[in-house]
Amino acid sequence: MNARTTALAPRPTAGLRDDIELLRFATAGSVDDGKSTLIGRLLYDAKALFDDQLEDLARHADLARLTDGLRAEREQGITIDVAYRYFSTEARRFVIADCPGHRQYTRNAVTGFSQSDVAVLLVDARHGVVEQTRRHALLASRFGTERIVFCVNKMDLVDFGEDVFRRVERELAELARALELPPDAIDVLPVSALEGDQITSRSARLAWFDGPSLLERLETLPVRTEPASAAGRFAVQLTLRPEGDAARRRYAGKVVTGRLSVGDEVTVLPSGQRSTVVSIETFDGPQAVASAPRDVALRLADQIDVGRGDLIAVGAAPPLERRRDAIVCWMSENDARAPRALELKHLSRRIKCRLRHIAHHVDLDTFAPSEQEAPRLALNDLARVQLDLAAPLPIEGTTGAHPLARFILIDPQTRDTVAAGYFV
Amino acid sequence: MDQLRHDTPWTALDALEAEAIFILREVAAETERAVVLFSGGKDSVCVLRLCEKAFRPQRIPFRLLHVDTGHNFSEVIDFRDRRARELGAELIVAEVEQAITDGLVRPHGPTESRNRAQIPVLLDALERLGAQAAIGGARRDEEKARAKERFFSFRDSFGQWEPRRQRPELWDLYNAGVHPGDQLRIFPLSNWTELDVWRYIRRERLELPSVYFAHERDVVWRDGQWLGVHAPVVVPKPGEETTRLRVRMRTVGDVTCTGCIPSEADDLSGVIAEVAAARTSERSGRADDRVNETSMEDRKREGYF
Ligand SMILES: Nc1nc2c(ncn2[C@@H]2O[C@H](COP(=O)(O)OP(=O)(O)OP(=O)(O)O)[C@@H](O)[C@H]2O)c(=O)[nH]1
Repeated sequence: MNARTTALAPRPTAGLRDDIELLRFATAGSVDDGKSTLIGRLLYDAKALFDDQLEDLARHADLARLTDGLRAEREQGITIDVAYRYFSTEARRFVIADCPGHRQYTRNAVTGFSQSDVAVLLVDARHGVVEQTRRHALLASRFGTERIVFCVNKMDLVDFGEDVFRRVERELAELARALELPPDAIDVLPVSALEGDQITSRSARLAWFDGPSLLERLETLPVRTEPASAAGRFAVQLTLRPEGDAARRRYAGKVVTGRLSVGDEVTVLPSGQRSTVVSIETFDGPQAVASAPRDVALRLADQIDVGRGDLIAVGAAPPLERRRDAIVCWMSENDARAPRALELKHLSRRIKCRLRHIAHHVDLDTFAPSEQEAPRLALNDLARVQLDLAAPLPIEGTTGAHPLARFILIDPQTRDTVAAGYFV
Repeated sequence: MDQLRHDTPWTALDALEAEAIFILREVAAETERAVVLFSGGKDSVCVLRLCEKAFRPQRIPFRLLHVDTGHNFSEVIDFRDRRARELGAELIVAEVEQAITDGLVRPHGPTESRNRAQIPVLLDALERLGAQAAIGGARRDEEKARAKERFFSFRDSFGQWEPRRQRPELWDLYNAGVHPGDQLRIFPLSNWTELDVWRYIRRERLELPSVYFAHERDVVWRDGQWLGVHAPVVVPKPGEETTRLRVRMRTVGDVTCTGCIPSEADDLSGVIAEVAAARTSERSGRADDRVNETSMEDRKREGYF
């Protein structure tokens, strides 16, 4: 392993500045594509490792070890759960959600993607696009965001050949088209995680490639993934009642999309009552404007009934729905059949719902409705279903990237989270 | 209107702060009688500021709980009491000493670390308070076994953590529903690093106990680290020599196992520069974690924070 022989440069004083941004990215790939090696390499080259970690690395000579998880997983030699890692450069602070690759851990990959601004997916240069690539790209773009950076890894094993890379690049462009992803949402980068090419700096051996290194790309990708043009939406988490000042109730919550300004005319949903934003308050003082994803407290001009789970909307209010189709990823070991009573959480609202009908499963490899009969949902299944909602919900957007499209399903008996989904 | 602020650029600290505030508000809405574990340490100082940000101008809807091993730095205890008073919060102190007297825990010796003894005392206190949730300042970057910890971590009625029973956390749709008897541990600082905590303390101008900054102290070299002399629990053993050094603490825990590091950093900028350049991870200064690689995982399973 290189870790033994590479001289250590002093750690830079990364992270000293308070004005750097945070980027969250999820990593996934098929078994042995080199994901652990890639993360180890990033942390190592970005000098984000401590001496005790380096000692461990030197002892075991394996970059992949840095991302080893719990003993329970080590004993089984598999990664089950998403593991989080952190590092900083002069330009950015990063959160890595390291997702397991195996098919039986689809639910964990979905979790990791849902927490990230960008997915970094590994592809072995020798094998090109395989089943896992297609599956991860689908899950990332529907449960996370459309932004995907594909790393074509192990370029050292194909003599850093441009032809090989271009062939894989074409396959990936085809995949992006099949998923209806905008072309500018995708990056394809040649790398060698093991030897460090094109990870944190440009590599002479890949001189034919005029794009950025992986780290450069991660340092410049846009952090916020939501359209700036989205309408102002505020989700109420709590009513704050300052003692002795009951008349001045404030609604604490989050601007989930767009922005709100003092003076905005708003509609409270689902009640449909209208009012005006009188003030936008934070612990640090009042604001004239607050944009997503800020946590603030609002005061409204009128004494109307507003509570947890309500949505405060600027401009045209989203439609309220009582029955909708959705794509769900089933995450429980207990199968489900329709009809089935469940609880649904959308924004901060919990309502009862019924799984009315399972329309069809989604084939994770072809993205097509699968031929199989669809009477039940089993762990890791992706399916199109119809849900009856016990209370009307304001719904917008068509993938999990939109806060008003996504939800979780909860088993009312066990109280466990059993599915993630988005309305379509 | 013109004087009102517009949004400032969205920085990493803003993103981490927003995530934590959102979580604290969800806890207040979805759980009963949650408590904040407040030791006077730097992480819990940040959690309290985040509570202020989440709930002011209302009062903070959580009580504060400290499991006091009786082996704490007196500066830290004084600070803890003062900070709770300033916030107008109710502080409940569960004492390991009392639990020993009551026979709830049995100490192995007078100079032994009381970290393990904290576990039953914490569980007992949570039960007596009827707390469904305990909010703590633990971070995933502290230790390998924490890298997979959830924001909302489920414990059974014995306080035990079972990796397989943890719920998936999708987007920011947290599910804090529990059955009677089961409990949640909530970690709003999960995604923060030691450096983020220090930068936040600087940005928010938060006060900290003085032991976090360089000061002169009598120390002994034991188990590969400097321990502050603290009679009667930490006194030089035969063969050990007391040295006077300029040191600071990176964490404030039980005096029997919290190492000091030689340091000249007597203000926040100094500490931040040191942390940014640090060559060992924070918990390498704690003898209790170094016993073996999985000691944290073991203690967590037993109900340790
Ligand atoms: N030649 C070459 N080998 C690599 C490269 N990246 C990773 N490998 C090797 O590929 C094997 C698998 O790498 P890992 O990083 O453990 O793979 P992984 O994708 O994390 O696999 P899982 O842990 O099963 O998910 C190891 O033997 C690595 O040394 C590379 O760029 N070039």
